[in-house]
Amino acid sequence: MSKNKSEYLINRHDNQYEVVIGLEVHAQVTSQSKLFSTSATKFGAEPNTQVSLVDAAFPGMLPVINEYCVKQAIKTGIGLKAKINKRSVFDRKNYFYADLPQGYQISQFKDPIVGEGKVILDMPDGQKEVGIERLHLEQDAGKSIHDLDPKNTFVDLNRSGVALMEIVSKPDLRSPDEVNAYIKKLRSIMRYLGTCDGNMQEGSLRADVNVSVRKKGSKEFGTRCEIKNVNSIKFMQMAIEYEANRQVDLIEDGQTIDQETRLFDTKKNETRSMRSKEDAHDYRYFPDPDLLPLEVSDDFIENLKSEIPELPDEKKKRFIEKFKLSSYEANILVSDIETSNYFENVIKKSDVKLATNWIIGELFAALNEKNLEITESPISAGNLSKLINLIKDGTISGKIAKTVFEQMMEGDKDPKKIVEEKGLKQESDPKALEALIDKVIDDNRDKATEYKSGKVKLFGFFVGQVMKVSGGKANPQLVNEILKKKL
Amino acid sequence: MSDITEQSLSELVENIKSKKLSSSEATNAFVQRSEKSKELNAYITEDYANALIKAKKFDEKPNLNLKLPGIPMAVKDLFCTKDLRTTAGSKILNNFVPTYESTVTQNIWNEGAILMGKLNCDEFAMGSSNETSFFGNVQNPIDKNLVPGGSSGGSSSAVAAQLTPITIGTDTGGSIRQPASFTGTVGLKPTYGSCSRYGIVAFASSLDQAGPMAQNVKDCALLQEVISTYDEKDSTSIDFKRNEYSKELTKDIKGKKIGIPKEYRVDGMPNEIEELWKKGIEYAKDCGAEIIDISLPHTNYALPTYYIVAPAEASSNLARYDGVKYGFRAEGENLIDMYEKTRSEGFGAEVQRRIMIGTYVLSSGYYDAYYLKAQKVRKLIKNDFDEAYKKVDAILTPSTPSSAFKIGEKTNDPVSMYLNDIFTVPVNLAGLPGISIPAGHDAKGYPLGLQIIGKAFDEQNILNIAYAMEEKINFKKNITDWWIK
Repeated sequence: MSKNKSEYLINRHDNQYEVVIGLEVHAQVTSQSKLFSTSATKFGAEPNTQVSLVDAAFPGMLPVINEYCVKQAIKTGIGLKAKINKRSVFDRKNYFYADLPQGYQISQFKDPIVGEGKVILDMPDGQKEVGIERLHLEQDAGKSIHDLDPKNTFVDLNRSGVALMEIVSKPDLRSPDEVNAYIKKLRSIMRYLGTCDGNMQEGSLRADVNVSVRKKGSKEFGTRCEIKNVNSIKFMQMAIEYEANRQVDLIEDGQTIDQETRLFDTKKNETRSMRSKEDAHDYRYFPDPDLLPLEVSDDFIENLKSEIPELPDEKKKRFIEKFKLSSYEANILVSDIETSNYFENVIKKSDVKLATNWIIGELFAALNEKNLEITESPISAGNLSKLINLIKDGTISGKIAKTVFEQMMEGDKDPKKIVEEKGLKQESDPKALEALIDKVIDDNRDKATEYKSGKVKLFGFFVGQVMKVSGGKANPQLVNEILKKKL
Repeated sequence: MSDITEQSLSELVENIKSKKLSSSEATNAFVQRSEKSKELNAYITEDYANALIKAKKFDEKPNLNLKLPGIPMAVKDLFCTKDLRTTAGSKILNNFVPTYESTVTQNIWNEGAILMGKLNCDEFAMGSSNETSFFGNVQNPIDKNLVPGGSSGGSSSAVAAQLTPITIGTDTGGSIRQPASFTGTVGLKPTYGSCSRYGIVAFASSLDQAGPMAQNVKDCALLQEVISTYDEKDSTSIDFKRNEYSKELTKDIKGKKIGIPKEYRVDGMPNEIEELWKKGIEYAKDCGAEIIDISLPHTNYALPTYYIVAPAEASSNLARYDGVKYGFRAEGENLIDMYEKTRSEGFGAEVQRRIMIGTYVLSSGYYDAYYLKAQKVRKLIKNDFDEAYKKVDAILTPSTPSSAFKIGEKTNDPVSMYLNDIFTVPVNLAGLPGISIPAGHDAKGYPLGLQIIGKAFDEQNILNIAYAMEEKINFKKNITDWWIK
């Protein structure tokens, strides 16, 4: 547990406050069709082109559960090491809004499909376990568009009925950094599983953030405020910082905190009251009589378990044990399924240590600079593997490899061809090197004499000269050996 | 051949199959009679011209292997019919034309029947007299001043008055059986899950069930055979082996054990009803059935339970009628104002009452005391039946505690109106099949019905018992065509 230097505390006068955070993450289920209808779920379609009679709540239309979405939720539950409930119930959450055609959202209230689970975070000072309270399936609402017309609101029902997983954490998070790590880990697990693409720009992953503060050492929770619908990690962190400080100020001022729902204003970087507890909706939850309780068998769950790929925690463990990676290296390489796939493809035919360094170092830096994802990398895993082998077998030096790498980034060229075309092959012939070195010593007689009289620092100068004369192609190791002998 | 509109469904089918009668002749006859019967106000929407065109088409290439070859019929206006206005008896859907067809009606058209129009009903099927319809009262062909029952009042009136040879209604708390009883016709409420609810305007989802209404038991069996199918589009539809009810229909019910529940002898029940029940017991014995006294101890709680569960579901089901997407919209200052005006003007008083009751019983702080408790009682009521069915094959009760009442008689007394469903409501709560058959008349000459309740999925058995008793009862209709001038 993180109880040391990275502890996040708010100091006011003589008091230290701890921040308690719980998240309700809404993750869109990766699925071709909606939770209770056959309409498509593609992002960015023309408004109201992916709407069935069920989604628009026409009279007499009935929901039919999409089995694939159920499988996705259970898989996610397995990924969260959670209890899968063999019997769950869909309830209606009743409220009126223009983009909620049924006048209720079908959700799961008392009996969710997934129960308690956990997520392990790798924090700089060690691992931290965050409890999962539950995961349930629910429908998304449509979208109200208020700024297209001065008087009217437009409604787009494409999202109406899209399957969401609401993943509720326990109030185990203690800092904005932990929230960052938690969201990233959750996203990573779901992307490994293929159950949510985690695309925050497209709204596939958003969260309601519950924040409270308490004096350090206190065992009781303070009154919490819920910040609704925050759609980026950065905003979550900013909202938490603002909100925690606001609450601390109130307490220090002798005031109490009202339990309420708040909105985060991303422009002003502040949270604002949306509705108080008294104004909270009475959702009149009750079991949806159009749907029978959802029952799944042990076999059904077991079959899904067999489809679960190796997840980040297990993969990390394997990378450390099998490839002798450091925990830091393994964390980076397993954080994203695409990265770990890339890594594993590279090391199929090349040295692990070199591959690790090249991916984490050069490749990530280059991709970052070009703002590319690993899936968009101009250098294929196969060609990076070839480059590493050229280094490993001494064909080129690490330095030359960087030049080759740069050229590979311009287009996925075979590094062997680049080396051949540009004549970048490393000079490892001792005779050729000796000739070179003799010439360098000859040209710098005075310095050679100084070296012999004890100025050993000058050795580096000679290596540099040799490399320069060779155009960087001389094998540095051999240069070292021969130089020592000759000097 | 007797007058076409006096023929039963079975006779019409036989005559069309033997080419003694064309679909056009049949359709024309029922259309003509419907045209002359506007005073009954049985129809909300007529589609006669299209019906005649469809009949002509059928005759051009008749498929006589179908179960309802070229048979004209009108249906309750709660079933969504493609391209034909569907109102549910409400102003809020006054202009609503579905682009889709309910599964039940689709099954009917698939067997060759032809739609003549949409029949009046209580608004969103909430009522026992058809007086809550936005489209006005329906008259009972028995007597100008009598209600036809409800909510399938247009359907019962139309069948009794022979404006349609058969029809379909929906039954949430008695809405098929009570109007059948009030008009001297036969009405079957099938087991919950027997007929698809897809495309039926929902009232209370856990109770709603479509069913046939007809002149006699045999016609009822044939129509049930057509409408009852497993449907993947309705998650509560049940995949069980369905009989060919009309083919397997038999009057041989010897040795069948029929239960008589003592709790159905309610206070203030007219003597005539008690007498009718006794007569019913004798008829059943005459048919060879064995009569056994049984107890359904939670019967008393059925009505209050129903009036929590049904309004709760209705309050949520009717939330979609908000003026945003389709149907009636009243203009408002803002969204909330538009909602309030639309729903205040679009829904009638009884619907608003039930939405309020339902909203109340589901609200936080009351949910446990009302809704949850009602669900528990519902389970007890179902258990009562399960226990009884260990001893008997079916249960015989009166269909209603009285004969048809006068238009306006109970409109200001909702509780007295609700009491009308006292014998039918437990059947819906338990999800069982029940059939009402005409069994006699009261002193005023108004028809009275008996109800036979069956085990789940045992429609065949109650149809058989009804079929056998129907013959013994030999009910005589006394309808004069007073409304035809």
